[in-house]
Formats: sequence, C-alpha cells, structure tokens
Amino acid sequence: MNPMNYIYLSCILFSLGAAGVLLRRNAIVVFMCIELMLNAANLAFVTFSRMNGTLDGQIVAFFTMVVAACEVVVGLAIIVTIYRSRRSASVDDARLLRL
Amino acid sequence: MNLAAIVQDQTSHAEAVLFYLLAPITVLSAVGMLLVKKAVHSALLLAAVMISLAIFYILNEAPFLGIVQIIVYTGAVMMLFLFILMLVGVDSADSLVETIKGQRILGIIAAVGVGGLLIALVSKGNLGHRLFGLEMANGEGNVQGIAKLIFGQYVWPFEVISALLITAALGSMVLAHREPDSDKKDQRALSEERVRQSAQPVAGLPGPGTFARHNAVDIPALLPDGTSSDVSVSDVITARGHLAKPGDFKFLETSDDDREGN
Repeated sequence: MNPMNYIYLSCILFSLGAAGVLLRRNAIVVFMCIELMLNAANLAFVTFSRMNGTLDGQIVAFFTMVVAACEVVVGLAIIVTIYRSRRSASVDDARLLRL
Repeated sequence: MNLAAIVQDQTSHAEAVLFYLLAPITVLSAVGMLLVKKAVHSALLLAAVMISLAIFYILNEAPFLGIVQIIVYTGAVMMLFLFILMLVGVDSADSLVETIKGQRILGIIAAVGVGGLLIALVSKGNLGHRLFGLEMANGEGNVQGIAKLIFGQYVWPFEVISALLITAALGSMVLAHREPDSDKKDQRALSEERVRQSAQPVAGLPGPGTFARHNAVDIPALLPDGTSSDVSVSDVITARGHLAKPGDFKFLETSDDDREGN
C-alpha cells in the first residue's frame, strides 16, 4: 500500500469536516466538525513525517493538538455564555453579539 | 548511514489490511457525524473517528502521538463536548429548516469541491511518493526523538504554546464565570433577620405543660408573667377541645399531713 492513501483519507476527512461546518446548525456540532478538520490535518502531518523520515511533522501535529485543546476550551465557554443569554445553541439565533 | 537502504515505496501488507479495514469505518463515522440529528450521536461518532485516527498514528510510527490522541481527544476533549452537551440540553436537535435558500446544496458542492481539489492536487503534486520510514529518527525511541526536538529545536514554540494554553484556561474561566445572585443571604444575615422579627420567639416556641401534674402535652405553658401561652400546645389538641387550662392544675395549699399520706 502506498502511504499516500493516508493523505487521501486525510483530504476526505477534511472535506467532510468542512461540509459539517457549512451544513450543521448546532454550534456544538459545528465545533466538532472543526475538530475533525484539525485531526485530518494532523493525520497528514504524521504521514508526511513518516514519508520524509523526520519527526518534525509529529512535533507540528503535537502542537496542533495543544492549539485545538485551547480552541475547544474557549469555544465551548463562548457557546455556554451564548446559551445562557439566548437559551439556544443554534448558530442561526446568534446573529448579533448583543442581546 | 546509507539512506537508500531504508527507502521503500510500500508499507507492509499487515498495515495495508488494517488501513483498508479502518479507513471505511473512519469515513463512514465522519459521514454519519454529519447526518445524524442528535448532537450526542455526533459526539460518539466523532469519538470513533478519533480512536481510528489514533490507530493510524500508531501505524505511522508515531506511538506517542497515538496515545496522546486517545488521552487528549477521546479522553479530555470529547468528555468536554459531552459535558457541554448535557449542560446545553441533550434534546437540542438541529432544525432541518433552511434559513438561507440553497445553503445545503451550495455547502455540499463547496465541500465536494474542496475535497476533490485537495485530492487532485495531492495526487498530481510531486510529494516524493516514497517512504523513508522513521527507523532512523525513532532509533532511540519515538518519545526520546520527540523530546529532543521539542526541548531543542522547538523549545521556543513549545513555551509560546504553553502560554497560549494558560491564556485559554484563564479566558474560559472569565467567559464562563457568572456573578452570584446578590440577594442570596448567608447564614449570618438569616440569623440576624430571625432575631429582629418580633413575632417569632428567638429561642423557639415554648414547650407545653411547664407546670405538669397531668398528661402534660395538653396543658399550655405558663409564661413568666403568669399567663398561659397558646403556641406551646399543638393545634390539633386545641381543635379537638382537649385543651386543659393551667388554672385547673393550680398548686393547692396542702398541709404536711396530706402530703405524707400520699
């Protein structure tokens, strides 16, 4: 098997995540799709790291994981704050930043 | 070191079998994530994707990242997602009404376009379709190799990212914090309020039958000024008419002989 298959899988997962961001309305599901895109990029990093025979790709994937964790924490806090004031987690309802 | 000796284009058959088993599961889980209506099911399918990605990392000679993926994503991040889902409401299913006309079709077209473009680019581009493998880089062990890079070449990005992590933690605390309701009283305020209320006796209601010469529950207590206190007797006894008056059991002057006779 050619290792490029991992890259193709990564592309497919990335576009599925993008589709989720475009199609879903629930803010939490949109967030999970963003996570899926980040993970797809990570898979590409890890595969390229192996194909090139250096560990740098794995380091970048590791940093991406940390950034993704930060993003999840702050994003979910924002969702909770919006939910408190609006009683809804739908991205359609949050058209304005004010109440 | 002879690099050319390690270079190969194909992975092992065992890895290929595992890939062709897992890749459809991963893609199907990701597709299902988009299609299921309930957010909790989406989260579970995403967890399945994360676990298969962890297996892919381990297949790609990155055991450290595979373990970190399981711990950080399927452990911490997905748990956070589920926690917030429970907080926001599990039943909050997506509305299927299109608010923007043609958004769904356009979204699907855009996503398919992005995917097709990426795959076409990747397959056409000269990425060196060769497999060096990480035998040399992982020579001392994967964790040791990563540690050397993180604490050597990449130490500055590592420090910056730790600052980012702390900032994110603080930011989420600030965002999610809510001032407690100001009119909620603490224990001290409650007790002071109770003392100030003149209608309620501070030490509780007086007990019945302070001067008992009889089954004492039906006799009202005598207050210090000699009057009887109605609140010392249960309302039920009063309603039944069994209330006795303290005056009926007034201590009678008796001589010493009478008492000795008892």
